[in-house]
Amino acid sequence: MLGMSLREAAAALRCGQLNPIELYQKCLSLIKETRFLNAYINVAEDVALRQATEAEKRFRQGKPLGELDGIPVAVKDNFSTANIETTCASQMLKGYIPPYNATVVQKLLDQGAVLMGKTNLDEFGMGSGSTDSIFGPVKNPWSYSKQYREKNSGSRTIADDDSDWVIAGGSSGGSAVAVSSGTCFVALGSDTGGSTRNPASHCGVVGLKPTYGLVSRHGLIPLVNSMDVPGILARCVDDVATVLGVLAGHDPLDSTTIQDPFQTFTLPDDIDVTNLCVGIPKEYHAPGLSTETLSLWSRTADLLEDAGAKVVEVSLPHTRYSIVCYHVLCTAEVASNMARFDGLEYGHRANVEDSTEAMYSATRREGFNDVVRGRILSGNFFLLKQNYEKYFLKAQKVRRLIADDFVKVFKSGVDVLLTPTTLGDAAPYEDFIQEDNRTRSAQEDVFTQCANMAGVPAITVPAGLSSRGLPLGLQFIGQAFREQQLLSVAKWFEKQMNFCPLDFYKHLENRDICQRKSNIASLL
Amino acid sequence: MLQVSCGGCALLLGPSVRSSQLCYVGRGWRTASTACKHARDTGSLPWEGVVGLEVHAQINSASKLFSSSQVKFAAPPNSTVSFFDASLPGTLPTLNKRCIEAAVMTGLALNCAINKKSLFDRKHYFYADLPAGYQITQQRLPIAVNGLLTYRYPTGKKWSDMVTKCVRIKQIQLEQDSGKSLHDDFMRQTLIDLNRAEGQLRVDANISVHHPGEPYGVRTEVKNINSARFLARAIDYEIKRQTDILNNGGIVQNETRAFDYKLGATIPMRDKEGKQDYRFMPEPNLPPLILYDSKTLPRNIDAGQVINIDLIKEMLPELPNITRERLVEEYGILPEHSFVLVNEDGLKEYFEAVVKMTTADPKKIIGWVIKNLLGYLRQENLTIKQSLITPSALAELVTLLENKVISSSAAQQVFQELCKGGNKTPTLIVKEKKLGLLDSEQLEGICQKIVDEHDEEVAAIRKGNLKVMNKLIGLVQKASKGRTDPALAKTILEKKLQL
Repeated sequence: MLGMSLREAAAALRCGQLNPIELYQKCLSLIKETRFLNAYINVAEDVALRQATEAEKRFRQGKPLGELDGIPVAVKDNFSTANIETTCASQMLKGYIPPYNATVVQKLLDQGAVLMGKTNLDEFGMGSGSTDSIFGPVKNPWSYSKQYREKNSGSRTIADDDSDWVIAGGSSGGSAVAVSSGTCFVALGSDTGGSTRNPASHCGVVGLKPTYGLVSRHGLIPLVNSMDVPGILARCVDDVATVLGVLAGHDPLDSTTIQDPFQTFTLPDDIDVTNLCVGIPKEYHAPGLSTETLSLWSRTADLLEDAGAKVVEVSLPHTRYSIVCYHVLCTAEVASNMARFDGLEYGHRANVEDSTEAMYSATRREGFNDVVRGRILSGNFFLLKQNYEKYFLKAQKVRRLIADDFVKVFKSGVDVLLTPTTLGDAAPYEDFIQEDNRTRSAQEDVFTQCANMAGVPAITVPAGLSSRGLPLGLQFIGQAFREQQLLSVAKWFEKQMNFCPLDFYKHLENRDICQRKSNIASLL
Repeated sequence: MLQVSCGGCALLLGPSVRSSQLCYVGRGWRTASTACKHARDTGSLPWEGVVGLEVHAQINSASKLFSSSQVKFAAPPNSTVSFFDASLPGTLPTLNKRCIEAAVMTGLALNCAINKKSLFDRKHYFYADLPAGYQITQQRLPIAVNGLLTYRYPTGKKWSDMVTKCVRIKQIQLEQDSGKSLHDDFMRQTLIDLNRAEGQLRVDANISVHHPGEPYGVRTEVKNINSARFLARAIDYEIKRQTDILNNGGIVQNETRAFDYKLGATIPMRDKEGKQDYRFMPEPNLPPLILYDSKTLPRNIDAGQVINIDLIKEMLPELPNITRERLVEEYGILPEHSFVLVNEDGLKEYFEAVVKMTTADPKKIIGWVIKNLLGYLRQENLTIKQSLITPSALAELVTLLENKVISSSAAQQVFQELCKGGNKTPTLIVKEKKLGLLDSEQLEGICQKIVDEHDEEVAAIRKGNLKVMNKLIGLVQKASKGRTDPALAKTILEKKLQL
């Protein structure tokens, strides 16, 4: 049952084949078995049981709340959850228990979802590997898949020392792993530069970054307010559409959400792409793009053309300035957003009482990791009076040019853009950490972060396996507030690819690994 | 909070937004007599003070600028704090419409240009009572700019010596109010109250001196002045202090100072807040604030969701200078009286209510209102609302006088009675105290008695000294205990003396 889609599970719950408590228990035991993946920071065992019990009562009375009733979900640990610790994977917020639910969390709960726990991430979402967390790195479950093990058994020692597990991608790596390994049906991530799509792609699941302003950010602990969007990770595009229907819409607590009511939609099974115009941005032939991804990308373009779609090469000329521009805007907002963490009201407080200032400084030194402190430092530098125009204002102007690139392309008649999601498949952890966080983020976000600059929606869909047996995804970028069209194309593509998801719970041959890992985990 | 900045000959107001304050900013020249005199004494060129004010005013709204928590005066500490006010991670600001309306109305009242699009910024600094580490304000593009406030004030003892001045308003901005720090030196701790609704008005004054025609001097900023009286004292002190420094060959330091009302002096502030780089940044969580007028209001828009400047213009109450002009024109009262009516809260309404209820000349009513009523209220330390004398009672009293039912001295007695409270109407008081005017028959006797007892005066009158007649009338008035109509008494007396 854990391999089901949300839809299938919801149907099974409705016809009585499955009950919410049973489902909860299955997920919980799998969470425990896969603890070594480090996907969850906090498993909300008791709260989830209560929610499952209530869901069961509703089903017994024949009055389920909605499609999510009784469905186990997970939420990235940078969304505020009432009475459940919310850490952002940082020493700074360790032990912080918020008094309120983020709007998106509340909307899931209002539909009867069962919140299994909070998922791991790079500290405050700053990273692209889910490797920079105070709770340790997240491991990609595909590292333990039959495919990966078989294909790499020749070159590496896999089973014995477990040294070449691959990263989950980030920063929503915990959420991607939670969905991919089957411990929940849907997870919330956040996406500022690709943080939902990147791990979704590396873990072989679908990841949507909705249009900025469509889904409320209230309760999402911000990284970059002007780019952050709650992301949805699920096993298939239909599930993403279902959850988007639940989450989208105006929130009076987030002034940047649009007022227009959101029309929920279901995607047809037969999708016609003959009238579709797909753009292939030439600037996305980036250095470092793996030949596998490149060939997958061009095969997909051919596939679309064969199906009757019009495929055209387009240009987004300002793409190459995006990463550096993102760096300035991101660090500036980070510097500002992190100012509230001073040890006075909540979270970590250093044991220094010489003066308020000394306490601030010790608290922030102890509470933030090097990556966060580095971004705060850069951001404050860019915001200094003498630098503001030269860096921040210029970056804002470039951002506008990048957004205009998309507007122009879409105006020219292009419906969606097709691009890679990442340069290649997931890197082994040992390789990944050879470079610093900033370098890795620049590499990993190269195809994803433009959509955040422009505010447009984008989705990654698993497209196949690399020669190493790891998932590869492709990305579709759509027009602002045209999620229905974007998801339709994504669903069509999903059907063509017929990607075989990781049935992690079925991999009996991995049991011994799981067992061994659990033992090690318990020793730690 | 609203922050208003004024300058040149100007007043600057500006608003703050968390606990909904308005803040105005402006700059004005205060030609301080102390400074000028001092300059003459030393024989050098005269110094002129240049003053810019940042006025922080609390908006009278039910909830705070960026959150739905209440604004309540004297609420227990931290009792009206929302998650946003406490800067909990993930919370976002939402603009309070009432505060925007108040800012627009203030802008209109101060003859500002209202910006149809304004922006919010973050101003960063670390302070214990600023939990987010930044304050949301309107630095780049505020809600209103370029205003003008004209005002008149007396220069001498006589009310007729009025001078008209104007203050230029640089901008009005909506601004989040910071919290309040309470330092407990004994316990070596600081307590924070995030209610942020404490002060209704707070002024920061920027002051410098220069020789007219020369560039401005180095300015100091005197922060957190909380009354108009202290503001005047702080400015006078600072101009004198700077003038003394300059006259002695010193240099004025650009610094932040505080006004110590006990010392009557400004003193340097310890914190270096004024020299910080605030690292201003656009507030990404608030879209540009767009205002409309009736022409630009989009169709198919929920009128309750948007702000129409023209509608606010209609709601604007009559402004004080217009009111004063109207009072003078409509009722024929003196300009100085119009100031009193407008300055005393509720007095103008009281006066106009009385005028409506009687046919008596407003020029006669104004004396009763300003001299008698206000005198009584001041003596008893009462506000106009607390007055025991209602407008209708005063109107009735004035009518009795107008209809010659009582004399003016009897009217004074009735007024004294009214001051004592009780529910008696003037008519009833007149009846009970027998204060009504005597008719000719009743007066005949009194007049005859006076004539009989005052041969000397009668003789003088008969010789042609008609002035003495007034003395006789006075005596009649006295004998009748103020119940005499002087004209009637005169007629009777003249008849008796066969004049």
